Amino acid sequence: MLYREAGQYKTSYAADEAVFALREDRIGLIVVLFVAFVVVPLTSHDFMLQAVLIPFLVFSLAAIGLNILTGYTGLISLGTGAFMGVGAYACYKLTTLFPSVNIIVWVIASGFFSAAVGVLFGLPSLRIKGFYLAVATLAAQFFLSWCFIRVPWLYNNNISGAIEVPTRTLFGVPVTGATATSLTRYFVVLTIVVAMTWFASNLVHGRIGRMWMAVRDMDLAAELIGIRLLPTKLLAFAISSFYCGVAGALMVFLWYGGAESAVFDVNQSFFILFMVIVGGLGSLTGSFFGAALIFILPIALRVVAPALGLPLHPSTVEQLQYVIVGALIIFFLIVEPNGLARLWQIGKQKLRVWPFPY
Amino acid sequence: MRSPTGNEIAAGEVILAVENVSLAFGGVKAVSDISFDIRKGEIRAIIGPNGAGKTSMLNVINGFYTPQQGRITYKGQTRAKMRPHEAAIGGIARTFQNVALFRGMTALDNIMAGRSLKMRSNLFWQLLRYGPAMTEEVEHRRRVEDIIEFLEIAHIRKVPVGVLPYGLQKRVELGRALAMEPDLLLLDEPMAGMNLEEKEDMSRYILDVNNFYGTTIALIEHDMGVVMDLSDRVVVLDYGRKIADGTPDEVKRDRAVIDAYLGVAH
Repeated sequence: MLYREAGQYKTSYAADEAVFALREDRIGLIVVLFVAFVVVPLTSHDFMLQAVLIPFLVFSLAAIGLNILTGYTGLISLGTGAFMGVGAYACYKLTTLFPSVNIIVWVIASGFFSAAVGVLFGLPSLRIKGFYLAVATLAAQFFLSWCFIRVPWLYNNNISGAIEVPTRTLFGVPVTGATATSLTRYFVVLTIVVAMTWFASNLVHGRIGRMWMAVRDMDLAAELIGIRLLPTKLLAFAISSFYCGVAGALMVFLWYGGAESAVFDVNQSFFILFMVIVGGLGSLTGSFFGAALIFILPIALRVVAPALGLPLHPSTVEQLQYVIVGALIIFFLIVEPNGLARLWQIGKQKLRVWPFPY
Repeated sequence: MRSPTGNEIAAGEVILAVENVSLAFGGVKAVSDISFDIRKGEIRAIIGPNGAGKTSMLNVINGFYTPQQGRITYKGQTRAKMRPHEAAIGGIARTFQNVALFRGMTALDNIMAGRSLKMRSNLFWQLLRYGPAMTEEVEHRRRVEDIIEFLEIAHIRKVPVGVLPYGLQKRVELGRALAMEPDLLLLDEPMAGMNLEEKEDMSRYILDVNNFYGTTIALIEHDMGVVMDLSDRVVVLDYGRKIADGTPDEVKRDRAVIDAYLGVAH
């Protein structure tokens, strides 16, 4: 009874083309946004915001970025970490060169630098596909990682070789640096992530999204209906890298508060790729699920053991956490190879016909 | 069941002319020295035994292959080389022998994708999914719904095509080609693997497309009954060479065609 489409008649194509065509979906979205913008800030303490929710949102954004490239356009990339790094270093350079400009402007602008680098390394994608493309993007990853270490100009010749985030304010309230409260940071990250998710959702439901998926599913047929492969793939690289770049800038400026080049190494790329695969290729909701499972679950496990009063040594908990998360990932992939997003869809389908089996 | 306009076509304007085209892969000659033309508004069948070079011929026409020799004139323009998307812009649509749908997308999205070329709204409005982008989306949806109604696939419009039965997939693929509003429609074995009823349905769609939209159709098909009933003119290939060209009745009586299909005593 909770989730029914019976009786909801769409009387125009515009209503049928809506992203959330069902009333229940719209209510669900409003509830989620209400919780995120009102309930969470009222109830959460610093640890929750700073160590769980802000990183979760940042990873979700990066996962959406990679999902646009890998899930929607079918191009495997192992350069996500490097593209995030480009965003972070670009933002750092921009804000130290032009300190008077609003930091939010630079966070968004850094996405364009990342997009440009993404397009450059996306050029081979016209000729190579699949694993070979993955190797080509891996080259981008290593090259950019090398730049982050070997080009001192990028981190303003800092002796430690790290980025140190300066304090920047928005309407007089510090949003980055040591004095910014986690609540302010949470609101900034949340607003950017919600807005960019909305844009991504609009894109993938329209003409451009269909062109990407056409290229993913059958590139020959896509070419035949008039889709030019290179511009379409490069657009996917640009937008994907834009999202990753903004995620990288947010990661350093609003979460870490400072970072070394090691943050953007190939492990980060794999980390995001796992989120996308576990969450569901070609699903924006899945990107959030994936980020939640891969990032929040280990933290939850760490909290659960002491809460249950189990007399476990912290290092044992650490080990157990890897075992359990690993097992769960394998379990989910066996149960549903198409990711958590597919499970979510099946759940909705079951609710639709409930209490009947079909 | 001949096209009612059959006689006018005989003198019609040539939309596509293939002259002395040869195509080889390494030492293997797929197509050698073939010439034929397709006139505006006709249904032109290309037949021949397996491996005769029929599909290669279609691939040459829409730019997947570039022939080593010969000329192709389409709508009065002779070209040496054309990319598939340029063929699409020129109004050539195509279906495949093995269905080439976008398997992860719904039937509706597949057919909507066929209209990508006609949609113009820019990235900015696409990001907002508002204003021109939404107006355009609805307008094209209306056109696509006409095609969906014509092909009687309304009940499956929101189903991912990967799970559809073969006959319906073929119909969705025809729908995607029709969504491009082509001037020349290339159909590569549209009835392969279908039962009699499905073949009759598909034949009706092909004739209707030809009659109502005036689309020129080039058709590869193995079912001789279908070919003889549908087509205005037939070109017969064997081992990459043209062995006959003419109306279905002429071709049916041709000695070389009978030999090619039934074999000949040496």
